[in-house]
Amino acid sequence: MTPITEDIAPLDRHTDDVVIRVHDLSIGWGDFTLLEGMSYDVHRGDVFVILGGSGCGKSTMLRHLVGLEQPQSGTIHVEGVGTPSMVIGPPPFGILFQSGALFGSMTVAQNVALPLRTWTDLEPDAIAAIVRAKLALVGLDGAENNLPSEISGGMKKRAGIARALAFEPKILFLDEPSAGLDPITAVELDEQILTLSKHLGMTIVIVTHELASIFKIATNCIMLDKTARGIIARGPPQALRESAKQPFVQSFFRREALEDHT
Amino acid sequence: MRDDARVTAKDASPDTHEPLVVSGSDGLRVSGDATLEQGGKLWKLLGAALADGTGNLSIDVAGIKTIDGGGAALLIARARAYEQRTSSTVTWSGAAPSVAAMLDLNDRELAPLPRRPRERFLAQIGRVTYEIGDRAGAVLTFVGQLAAATWASITGPRNVNWRDLYRLVERAGADAVPIVLLINFLVGLITAVQAAFQLKPYGGDIFVADLVAKAMTREFGPLMTAIIVAGRSGAGFAAELGTMKVSEEIDALRSMGICHYCHLVLPRLLALVIAMPVLTVLANLLGIAGGLFTAMLYLDVTIPTFIQKTQSVLTLADVGTGLIKSVAFAFVIALSACERGLATTGGAEGVGRSTTSAVVGILFQIVFVNALFTILFQVFEI
Ligand SMILES: Nc1ncnc2c1ncn2[C@@H]1O[C@H](COP(=O)(O)OP(=O)(O)O)[C@@H](O)[C@H]1O
Ligand SMILES: [Mg+2]
Repeated sequence: MTPITEDIAPLDRHTDDVVIRVHDLSIGWGDFTLLEGMSYDVHRGDVFVILGGSGCGKSTMLRHLVGLEQPQSGTIHVEGVGTPSMVIGPPPFGILFQSGALFGSMTVAQNVALPLRTWTDLEPDAIAAIVRAKLALVGLDGAENNLPSEISGGMKKRAGIARALAFEPKILFLDEPSAGLDPITAVELDEQILTLSKHLGMTIVIVTHELASIFKIATNCIMLDKTARGIIARGPPQALRESAKQPFVQSFFRREALEDHT
Repeated sequence: MRDDARVTAKDASPDTHEPLVVSGSDGLRVSGDATLEQGGKLWKLLGAALADGTGNLSIDVAGIKTIDGGGAALLIARARAYEQRTSSTVTWSGAAPSVAAMLDLNDRELAPLPRRPRERFLAQIGRVTYEIGDRAGAVLTFVGQLAAATWASITGPRNVNWRDLYRLVERAGADAVPIVLLINFLVGLITAVQAAFQLKPYGGDIFVADLVAKAMTREFGPLMTAIIVAGRSGAGFAAELGTMKVSEEIDALRSMGICHYCHLVLPRLLALVIAMPVLTVLANLLGIAGGLFTAMLYLDVTIPTFIQKTQSVLTLADVGTGLIKSVAFAFVIALSACERGLATTGGAEGVGRSTTSAVVGILFQIVFVNALFTILFQVFEI
């Protein structure tokens, strides 16, 4: 038996494998179109950030990517899944909803254990070990037996992340993970995201406004805009900061630039 | 499946993902996949391999092909349990960068697991008794607050959320019309059928009209309407206010200096006080129509005779007592539903609990209040 260390060298974070391909996507309800004509690729190992003003449709975009809603027109193709839709079976994605969406009748630990209990044949003590590790990862060990109504908003967010990670998803969707977190926990979260993407090759799609975090973790961004009804800028954040021409994009990143030099 | 948890190297087929755990003189060697998918096997193999060893242990993880957070967590948990049992240390060797990173990421100092103390039986009885007292206090507070709010809204009608009133009357009243009509038509119909069976042999056909008219206006009209409104609006109010309570909307109202009794409870109370008598009148009419329908099919009574008989037997007191009841029911439904809603705690589950408790409580109170009124009306011969 020869140790195969070569095979598991850290993945180059940005690869050419397309994991999610969005083509000419339009999003809306009835006659109303919120966003249209959007095409982009997410590659394996990407930390792909969706930016944009409040209410421009970032959460809605995530809901389409995971198949909770179907597009008005256009296609979404996810490697190994096809067109995403909600089916009963082991979940292909880990999802953190903007509100955390913990089940109020279950303790924090039971929330995280739910996908493991449902979709693996692990023994209860093995599940407990994994749950504790996940909760420790997000700094929530000690709150296992609390109900969601007994913990703070930021703690709910972190419990939601632990639940999203529990089933070892290949693709992780996070809707504003650091909103409501203190700066120290937010920085730790960034490091965890980097580790997951670096060492597991996990593909991570994030909605976030945290500029510091964007520059640290993002390999690629798109910026959505309500008035333009689509993508107004795309590329790695550094490139966007240097060369974007749209005023909105400029002012979005300028705040960071100003803060950077103080 | 292999019977022996400890697998020797020669069994190993190099191209499967199956995890292998081999005990050697120099420690443990783990190879294959340390993933969630293989977690069940990995957990069992590690458990068996670490069950009876003692002393410091080195685990060689160079052979791990693939690792994820779940697999790493299982490795760590077994190693930590071994350390605790034998008061020794476990060291990892040969870890590739990603294996080392995953082990590191999942190897955090854990806070001690908190336990919820189980409640003893006696303690439970004590708590429940205490809670009944609390409940009574809470209801009294609610009534007191509401009285104060009513006074405030009489002196300053600006406090009341009049804009909601129209919408609430529409939802509790107009929207309930079809179901109220249908149910009361059927109630009138079956009342008449039962009466007809009993009276027909004695040639008492025409008295079916008396019975339906009195029973509908005095009892069934108000009662059936109240039950329907309890199910629709009672549950609705409790759920609505409960959701507002758990999402801190009530707190937000109060923080703006707005009286939530004036803003939420009074409009709902008023809406039912307006809607219920109207619904009850409609219920009475349809109940009598149901009786008429039965008479047409079963009895030797012509329609004009039936109507004439109904008109002659019905008094203002019959309809009036029914309407008084319906106003009382409106109070019961609105106040109980709002009280339960505002007392909600504990998220979505709490909303469900208070809705259930509101409807059950309201139904009980309706039947009770109805009996009380019927007895009172009999005693005073109204
Ligand atoms: N089911 C829906 N029907 C109509 N409009 C919706 C629906 N869901 C969201 N919207 C609208 O879509 C826009 C984008 O919402 P959202 O994706 O939550 O924004 P954000 O970018 O802040 O996450 C909002 O203006 C919202 O009002
Ligand atoms: Mg959003």
